[in-house]
Amino acid sequence: MDILANLQLGFSIAFSPWTLMLAVVGCFIGTIVGALPGLGPSNGVAIMIPLTFSMGLDATASLVLLTAIYYGAMYGGRISSILLNIPGDEPALMTTLDGYPMAKAGRAGDALVISGVASFVGAFLATIGLMLLAPLLSRIAYQFGPAEYFALYVLAFSTLGGISSNNQAKAAIASCFGLMIAMIGLDPNSGMPRLTGGNLHLMDGVDFLVAIVGLFAVSEVFFFIESHGKSGALGITLGKVTIPWAEIWTTRWTMLRSSFLGFIAGVLPGAGASLGSFMTYMMEKGIAGEKGGFGTGVAKGVAAPEAGNNAAAGGALVPMLTLGVPGSGTTAVLLAVLMTLNITPGPTLFSDRPDVVWGLIASLLIANFVLLAMNVPMVKVFVRILQVPPALLMPAVTMISFVGIYSLTGSYFDLILVVAFGVLGYVLRKMDVPTVPVIMGILLGNQMEKQLRDAMVLSEGDWTYLFSSGISVGLIIAAVLGFLAPMFLRRYMTKPQAISD
Amino acid sequence: MKARFLKALATSAVLGLGATTAATSAECIAPANPGGGWDFTCRQIGKILFDIGQVDAPVQVTNMAGAGGGLAFSTVVNERNDDAELIVAASSATTTRLAQNAYGGATADQVRFVGAIGADPGVIVVAADSPLQNLGDMVEAIKADPGSVAFAGGSAVGGFDHMKPLQVLLAAGFTDITKVKYIGVDGGADAITQTVGGFTQAMTGDMSEIVGFLKSGEVRALAVLTEERVPGFEDIPTAREQGFDVVAVNWRGLYVPGGISDDAFNAWAAKLQAVADSDEWKQAMADNGLAPFTKVGGDFQNWIDGVIAQTQDLSRQLGVIQ
Repeated sequence: MDILANLQLGFSIAFSPWTLMLAVVGCFIGTIVGALPGLGPSNGVAIMIPLTFSMGLDATASLVLLTAIYYGAMYGGRISSILLNIPGDEPALMTTLDGYPMAKAGRAGDALVISGVASFVGAFLATIGLMLLAPLLSRIAYQFGPAEYFALYVLAFSTLGGISSNNQAKAAIASCFGLMIAMIGLDPNSGMPRLTGGNLHLMDGVDFLVAIVGLFAVSEVFFFIESHGKSGALGITLGKVTIPWAEIWTTRWTMLRSSFLGFIAGVLPGAGASLGSFMTYMMEKGIAGEKGGFGTGVAKGVAAPEAGNNAAAGGALVPMLTLGVPGSGTTAVLLAVLMTLNITPGPTLFSDRPDVVWGLIASLLIANFVLLAMNVPMVKVFVRILQVPPALLMPAVTMISFVGIYSLTGSYFDLILVVAFGVLGYVLRKMDVPTVPVIMGILLGNQMEKQLRDAMVLSEGDWTYLFSSGISVGLIIAAVLGFLAPMFLRRYMTKPQAISD
Repeated sequence: MKARFLKALATSAVLGLGATTAATSAECIAPANPGGGWDFTCRQIGKILFDIGQVDAPVQVTNMAGAGGGLAFSTVVNERNDDAELIVAASSATTTRLAQNAYGGATADQVRFVGAIGADPGVIVVAADSPLQNLGDMVEAIKADPGSVAFAGGSAVGGFDHMKPLQVLLAAGFTDITKVKYIGVDGGADAITQTVGGFTQAMTGDMSEIVGFLKSGEVRALAVLTEERVPGFEDIPTAREQGFDVVAVNWRGLYVPGGISDDAFNAWAAKLQAVADSDEWKQAMADNGLAPFTKVGGDFQNWIDGVIAQTQDLSRQLGVIQ
């Protein structure tokens, strides 16, 4: 058994006290970075890079530390999603939909435990998948060209309306807002600045973290001020935190399905964790149907996206290690670190540097158990945050987010943008337009446009190229069905659901 | 409350690490986030400068990401124009963007280019099963039908990777370069994926990006765009020996503020030359797949002017600039 022998090699590297300590430290820092709305996993990892240089860590140790932070951030993102309705990072966006209603119903502890277990299942299965199938799965990337990726994004957008709001038109308008904002920055094909007004700060486009903090955190503050502090969304009575075994058991198939789908989304370099958590949520909502009560605070609604995004985080390591193609922003940063450490990921990495690969896999497994052990007991600590009076909590969260945003670019310009997004978020929510599709538009719009335009370059403007492979046709059919199904199913809906309060 | 305190503590710890500061004489700005090529340039050169005694204190590295290096460029020009203790990491991407006016009106003569001390050789590769056997085959195929060979590369349209095959085609007398298909994807490895997957027919990039795929036998290199064959890759022919006089390397080097004195400029040039001659730098180059490429001082500035003029000419033909 090659795999067992390799795993033994991996554990012999990862089980040194020094590496274990790095994994624990990394998990802890990662969880906090993930939970802070202004910092996402890619920023968390990027900020830590100079540290690995200055500590003189070798390749394996650096990778252990940075991937522990990566996995930790994927776990941590759910905490502020559930407790504050502010996604800690972009893949945790979907967790707000059911996590926050659960918290409002006094079940914050349950939501955190269930999502923690789901995160563990997703990440654990993805790591196993990485271990067993990485060289094989890397071939999938060869099947996806611009047309296939475009179809994948169309699928994501087509179901957006049905998913995130009762009112499809408003959700569509919101996604268009997001797409419009995604247009700002360098034109993906010519590299020319577009809609930047000559402002250098806008050339890289609008960072989605800026949009998330503005639309969710700052607009929450505006609502809070408007109601003179009486909106009291956060004044929640706390039940005793117990582990809801029965409920976890009911979500077992959700977790398994979501892990699988999330992993596949992660393996595709053009998709990534956000798309993973998004598609798993849609899939589970579809399977559960109207009786599932998605959006009202159900266990499956937090289990699906969390299993999905953590599995995608693991899946994203497959193309990164086997092809050197990053599947997400964070793996792009990890890739850069590997290159600096004189390790060139690619088809030969598994045979050339087994110590690095298997050391990494072993440490991922360890990090996962550390995170589960760290997260479930700490739920009590996290839930206490809700006992902080909103008048203190909201400004504090906003301030921390501002510091996080400022640390990304060191420019005040992004802070002004955050406030502008806060105003936008306030207006949109006043008009009952959901803000989740806006973020999805910003997040996915660039890639969708890029893939479409690449497809048009390759086919010299022939649109039938978009339907030239079985994969793209299948995805487009799924997209059309996903768009039309809610319209016909609407009449059978008994109880409309509102997405945001 | 405890959690909040911990959060705040951790934030400040995390943020503190991001902005490590020390009282030093020299500063190197890497116009990108940690981990990339510019960051590598600053950290390696900065470390070696100190190790071989060219500077008294460790060089402080500042990461200033934004606008593909434009933010750092405008900061240097507008705020630190006479700071003789400042060096900034640069590469082919810097001059390409300057040539294409992508730095918001800034021009190359606003700073002084000190030198390059290493380079990543340009390459053109195809999938292992491609019918194209050499650069001549590729040129003939494009001459017969410009749309028949689509290129993928890690830079945007009009970027450095795009220019490489176009320079070869121009050298072969094919001038209808706007007809050549090119897609800019997310890095060299992604470009290879698209090429092996058959979505594009060739990949244009840097040597360091293709090494793993060459070893695994999934791609073949048609040509390397250097003056001589690259040590360690002697079986890859240069474009020159195939009859196309094109040299395109992604150099790694430095620029300094435009307002410093000639003495200060020459001092930096001498220091950079010392780094280039050091064993530490030779090791760093070998570790990172860079080929020797040393041009320092006035020579380098002249060479840069030539490269920028050529890039502008190509960009105009492509229509990316007016």
